[in-house]
Amino acid sequence: MDSLNSDVLLALPEIALLAATSAVLLISLYAGRASEALAYWLSLAALAITAVLVDFTSMQPELFAFGEMYINDPLAVAIKLFACLTVATVFIYARPYLRQREHARAEFYILGLFATLGTLVMASAHNFVLVYLGLELLSLCLYALVVFERDSSDASEAAIKYFVLGAIASGMLLYGMSILYGLTGSLDLAEIHAYLGNRGTDSVALVFALAFIVVGLAFKFGAVPFHMWMPDVYQGAPTAITLFIATMPKLAAFVMAIRLLSNGLQELLTDWQQMLIILTVLSVVFGNVIAIAQSNIKRMLAYSAISHIGFILLGILSGSAFGYAAALFYTVIYVLMAAGTFGVLSLLAQPGRDLDRLVDLKGLGSYNPWFALIMLLLMFSMAGVPLTVGFYAKLYILQSLIHDGMLWLAILAILMSVVGAFYYLRVVKYMYFDDADEQFRLQRSPLAHTVLSVNGLLVVALFIFPNALLNYCMQVLN
Amino acid sequence: MLIQTAVFYFFAGILVLSALAMITVRNPVHAVLFLVLAFFTSAAIWLLLEAEFLGITLVLVYVGAVMVLFLFVVMMLDINLAKMRAGFARHLPVGLVVGAVMAAEMIVILNTPAFDLARPRLKAADYSNTRELGELLFTEYVYPFEIAGVILLVAIVAAITLTLRKRVRTRSQSPARQVNVDRKDRVRLVSMDSE
Repeated sequence: MDSLNSDVLLALPEIALLAATSAVLLISLYAGRASEALAYWLSLAALAITAVLVDFTSMQPELFAFGEMYINDPLAVAIKLFACLTVATVFIYARPYLRQREHARAEFYILGLFATLGTLVMASAHNFVLVYLGLELLSLCLYALVVFERDSSDASEAAIKYFVLGAIASGMLLYGMSILYGLTGSLDLAEIHAYLGNRGTDSVALVFALAFIVVGLAFKFGAVPFHMWMPDVYQGAPTAITLFIATMPKLAAFVMAIRLLSNGLQELLTDWQQMLIILTVLSVVFGNVIAIAQSNIKRMLAYSAISHIGFILLGILSGSAFGYAAALFYTVIYVLMAAGTFGVLSLLAQPGRDLDRLVDLKGLGSYNPWFALIMLLLMFSMAGVPLTVGFYAKLYILQSLIHDGMLWLAILAILMSVVGAFYYLRVVKYMYFDDADEQFRLQRSPLAHTVLSVNGLLVVALFIFPNALLNYCMQVLN
Repeated sequence: MLIQTAVFYFFAGILVLSALAMITVRNPVHAVLFLVLAFFTSAAIWLLLEAEFLGITLVLVYVGAVMVLFLFVVMMLDINLAKMRAGFARHLPVGLVVGAVMAAEMIVILNTPAFDLARPRLKAADYSNTRELGELLFTEYVYPFEIAGVILLVAIVAAITLTLRKRVRTRSQSPARQVNVDRKDRVRLVSMDSE
C-alpha cells in the first residue's frame, strides 16, 4: 500500500490532468451556451495546476513509479513543463480564431488536453508499452483535431492522409519493438540497455529492429523521406489546429527519440547514427529547397518545419550529452518560434478566409507595424540571423557536430540554412516592401496580443541571455 | 484424459464444419449464423485449454456484440451473392496456392525449437485464469491499463465530435412552447353571415 501511495504521488500531474480533463468534458456538456468559454478557462486552469504539480513531483526523491514503468527524471519534468506552457499559449492564440469561425466548440480544448496527457505519458515513459500508449493517445487527438472543421474537404483529405500514414508508422514502431522484445525478453528501457551492454550488439536482428524503430520515429517527426503528411496536414487543417500540430507534438517527438534511442538503445549508437545521418541530410536539403517553391505560407512553414526537424535530429545523432542538450534547446526554441508564427497567422485570419497565401502578407508592415515586427523577428529567428535566438539554436547544434568530428554535416547544414534564409526573408520583403492588396484586420483579444508580443520579444531576449536555457537543457540531459 | 480428447474432437469437428458451411451456404444470414457457431465452438476449445477469460470474452464480445451487428448489417443490405460467387472457379487455384503456402509456413514455424515447449501442467480445479489476469492488470500493469482506458475515451469523444451535428431538418418538440400556447394561437373565430 505504501508503494502505491508513492506511485500515485509521483504520477500526480497525469492523474490531475486526466481528472481535470474529464471534469471539463462533463461540465461543458451541461453548460449550454457558455460551454466553450468555460472549457477554455477551465483548460487553462487545468494546465496551470498540472504545471504546479509537475514542479512539485520534481522535488520527490523517488525516480521510478509503477514498477519502473514511470520515470520522473529531470528530462520528464522539463518536457512536461514546456508542454503545459506551449499548450496554454496555443489555446490563447487559437481561441479568437475558433470563435470567429463559429466552430468554437469545447471539444478543441478537451482533445488538446488529452493530447497533452499523451505527451506527459511519453515524457515519463520508461517502458515500450508506455511510449506506445502515450504516442497513440497524442496521435488520436491530433487526427481528430485536423478534421475539426468537418465540412472542409481539404481538412478531411489531410486527416485521412495523416491517419493512414500515422497508423503505418505506429505499426512500424510496434514491429520494431516486438522484435526487440523477442531478442531481449524485456520491454523495460533500462533492462534492454543492460542486456545490450552485456550481450553485445553484433546481431543483424537488432539492426533490423532498430531500422523499424527509427522509421517509426522519423514518421512521427516528419523527417524526409517520411514527411509526406506534413505539408498536407499543415495546409489542410484550420490555422489554429496547425498551430497546435506544429508546436507541442515536436516536444513529444523529441522526448520519444531520447527515450528510445538514448535511454534504451544507446549501445546501438553507431547503427542509428548512420540512419539519422541519412534522414537529416535529406530533411535539411529537401525541406529548405522545396520550401522556396511554395506560395502557400502554411505549406512553406511545413517544409521549413521539416528542415528544422533535420536540425533537431542533427543534435540527437551526435549521441553525446551536449548534442542532446543542443537538440532540446533547438526543439524548445523551434516550438517558441512556430507558436509565434502560426499565432500571428491565426490572429490575422478573416471570417471564412484564412491568411494562407504568401502574398496575403503584403503591406502588413504599413497597416499593422507591431505584429509585422513580431513576424519579422520570428522569421529572422527561424532563418538563424544573429540578434535572434535562432542563431544560438543553430550554433549549438553545429558545435556538437564539429565536436564529434562531423564537419561535413555542419557545413551542409550551414549551406542549407543560407538557402533557407531566402524564403524567410521573402516573407519580410512582402511585409515591408510591397503595397497591401487587402488589409487583414487583427482579431481583438488583448490576452492573445500580449502573449504574442511577449513570445516575439522572447526571441530577442533569449539571444541576449541564452545561457540560462542552455544550462537548464544541459542539466536536464546529464 | 480420454473424455477430454473426445470433447476436443467433438468441438473441433463442429468448428471445422461450421467454418466450411459459413463459406459455402447460399444465404448470407445463415453464413453469419454459422460464423457465430464457429466462434462459440472455438470459445469452448479455449475453455478446454484453461483460458476461461479469453473464451468468455470471445462469446461476450464477438458473439454477443460484433456478430449481432454483422447480422443487422447483412439483413439490411441487399447482397447479391450470385455476383460475388461469379469468379469462384477462376480464383480457386490462386486460393489453393495461398492456402498451401500458409499451411507450409505454419508447419515450418511450429517445428522450430522455439515452439518445442514442454506440455504445461494442468492447474488445480480452483485456479482462476480471470483472477490472475485481473490481478496482473490492476497491480503491475495498472498504469498502462488506465492509459489504454483513456485512449478509448478519446476515441469516443473524437467519434462523437466528428459525427454529431445539429440537424437542420429534424422535427422536434419544444415543451416550453407547447405549454405556453394560447387559445388565440390555435383557434380563429370567424363571424360569417348565416345563409
